[in-house]
Amino acid sequence: MNFFETIKLSFTTILANRLRSFLTILGIVIGVTSVILLISLVSGLKSYITSQIQGLGSNLIFVIPGRIGGARSPGGVQANRLTLQDATNLKNKLSGEAEVSAVVQRNSTLKYANKTDKGASVFGVQANYPKLISIKMLEGRFFSISEDSAGRKIAVIGISVQNTLFPGQSIKGKKIDIAGSKYEVIGLFDKRGSIFGIDQDNSVFIPLSSAQRQFGIDKLNTIYISTMKSEDVKTIQSKTENILKKKLSEDEFTVQTQEQTLSTISQITGVLTIALGGIAAISLIVGGIGIMNIMLVSVTERTREIGLRKALGARNIDIRNQFLIEALTLSCLGGVIGIILGFLLSIIAGNFITTTVPFWSVALSFGFSMIVGVIFGVAPAIRAARLDPIQALRYE
Amino acid sequence: MNLIHFINVNKIYQAAETVSFQALKNINLSVQKGEFLAIIGASGSGKSTLINIIGLLDRPTSGSYNLEGQDTTNSNQDTLAKLRNQKIGFVFQNFNLLPRTSTLQNVALPLIYSGFSKKEREQKAQQMIAEVGLSEKLNSHPNQLSGGQQQRVAIARALVTNPEIILADEPTGNLDSKSGGEIVELFQKLNKTGKTIIMITHEDNIAKHAKKIIHIKDGEIVR
Ligand SMILES: Nc1ncnc2c1ncn2[C@@H]1O[C@H](COP(=O)(O)OP(=O)(O)OP(=O)(O)O)[C@@H](O)[C@H]1O
Ligand SMILES: [Mg+2]
Repeated sequence: MNFFETIKLSFTTILANRLRSFLTILGIVIGVTSVILLISLVSGLKSYITSQIQGLGSNLIFVIPGRIGGARSPGGVQANRLTLQDATNLKNKLSGEAEVSAVVQRNSTLKYANKTDKGASVFGVQANYPKLISIKMLEGRFFSISEDSAGRKIAVIGISVQNTLFPGQSIKGKKIDIAGSKYEVIGLFDKRGSIFGIDQDNSVFIPLSSAQRQFGIDKLNTIYISTMKSEDVKTIQSKTENILKKKLSEDEFTVQTQEQTLSTISQITGVLTIALGGIAAISLIVGGIGIMNIMLVSVTERTREIGLRKALGARNIDIRNQFLIEALTLSCLGGVIGIILGFLLSIIAGNFITTTVPFWSVALSFGFSMIVGVIFGVAPAIRAARLDPIQALRYE
Repeated sequence: MNLIHFINVNKIYQAAETVSFQALKNINLSVQKGEFLAIIGASGSGKSTLINIIGLLDRPTSGSYNLEGQDTTNSNQDTLAKLRNQKIGFVFQNFNLLPRTSTLQNVALPLIYSGFSKKEREQKAQQMIAEVGLSEKLNSHPNQLSGGQQQRVAIARALVTNPEIILADEPTGNLDSKSGGEIVELFQKLNKTGKTIIMITHEDNIAKHAKKIIHIKDGEIVR
């Protein structure tokens, strides 16, 4: 009997005990479904964040306070010592090679008439911000250098803010309340989506100097640097580091290129994938034990059949293959059902968050269920093959 | 040359370390090609033990067994499986058909292990089913057949690999006298075509259809 006929025979046996077979493969189904689904969520997250970061702008370098990837000082988080002076210093030293823009950020409550928008992000940025970070205006304009240096109380808002405070209305003539002060809305920017679940459109841009005065802060959250030429990113990065090192110690700031940020994100999602995959793998192993259990029962139930087959000329290896292929068919069936279910669930989840099912996760989970079938099918199959024909035939 | 040749065959069942039972005692037996042999004896006299050893399902504790001049006593399990498949056809008292499996597939079963393709297997099986007169029951399952019909399916299965020897352990034991008679007639017909038949029974009127009868008592051939 060739391989395919044995598979067909396995299906006949499996279908003869429908409910039992279904319960047996349930563990594998759940395991594979969760592998496919979890991996699709993580890789969806990764591709979404990647596109968001790439969508920020091009040739970007980020300067942030503190050290990323280094050992933390015993006191915990380093105090932020990054100031506007550092940004201005960089701007002067890098002029002609790169655009430099400083950012501060606070969460604050916005009010308009009787409406309130809690937890909006307020960004204090400089007038050149749109030159570095791609922002599309839907209505109105961004503020100018003179408005920034004058510390005018003007604001550019996102559509989530508009939807909360004055849905469907134009921004013209609107004055909103930010942390107790009135700001005139001069612009509305286009949808930017969300990163790590934070709605980028529930935010407001105000001039940096206004923000510093409003919130009483002199430390910066980020300095964005955008190089004129893409091949300059590495050299500008080290130049930036050297400039900052003159005033700050090495663990007080981090200079990261867009690419490095992306690779940090891939590292994080990689760890997530392994952790989630590991949990799912455990359920696959549990599923394998279920298959082994039922195969052992099946060998006992079919002892006479085994004896008969041997009397009719089956060799030990024929019997072993029959049972091994049956276990394999069970586990692969579970794998296929799990893949289909995982796929469907990830399509459903795709309505809410980005999901992608990478081919490798399908291949991996199918391969893993096959391996589980072989590993847990081997012992029952060997037991079947070793039965003595006479004793098996006489088995009650 | 003897088809089957037993020299001083003993079989001792070791139930526990100190409990053993000698089921066959110094059996010397020769069967020629084309014989129709009936083995008769009381319950527990060792008939099944003997036929299982002839059928290579079991091994003697001592002594030797030559099949077609070839010593089988030291053959490995795969060789024995091949000999069972090609040289021997078994018929059991309780038919031993696979449940929920059609007549056709039951009869075709031994051919799986002879390496025939599915088409060849079904062709040969159909031919054998016709020979035992069950062509209209090709797709019936065992639970849809009478005892006599089931035993004829089992005989078709025993014949399908075209073996030299048919071994039957009380083939009529579960049948009424009419269907039992039909089965023995079938064996006689097969014997006329040249098959060697060894049949166990404890009914004299079944045994009398054989060409030769041997009696066994307490593990010994008495005549
Ligand atoms: N596996 C075994 N272990 C121990 N003793 C056994 C075993 N098989 C058979 N015997 C014993 O060997 C003797 C012969 O058994 P066997 O089955 O050959 O008898 P039989 O002539 O076929 O009887 P029956 O007509 O009832 O089928 C019996 O006494 C039986 O108890
Ligand atoms: Mg018996």
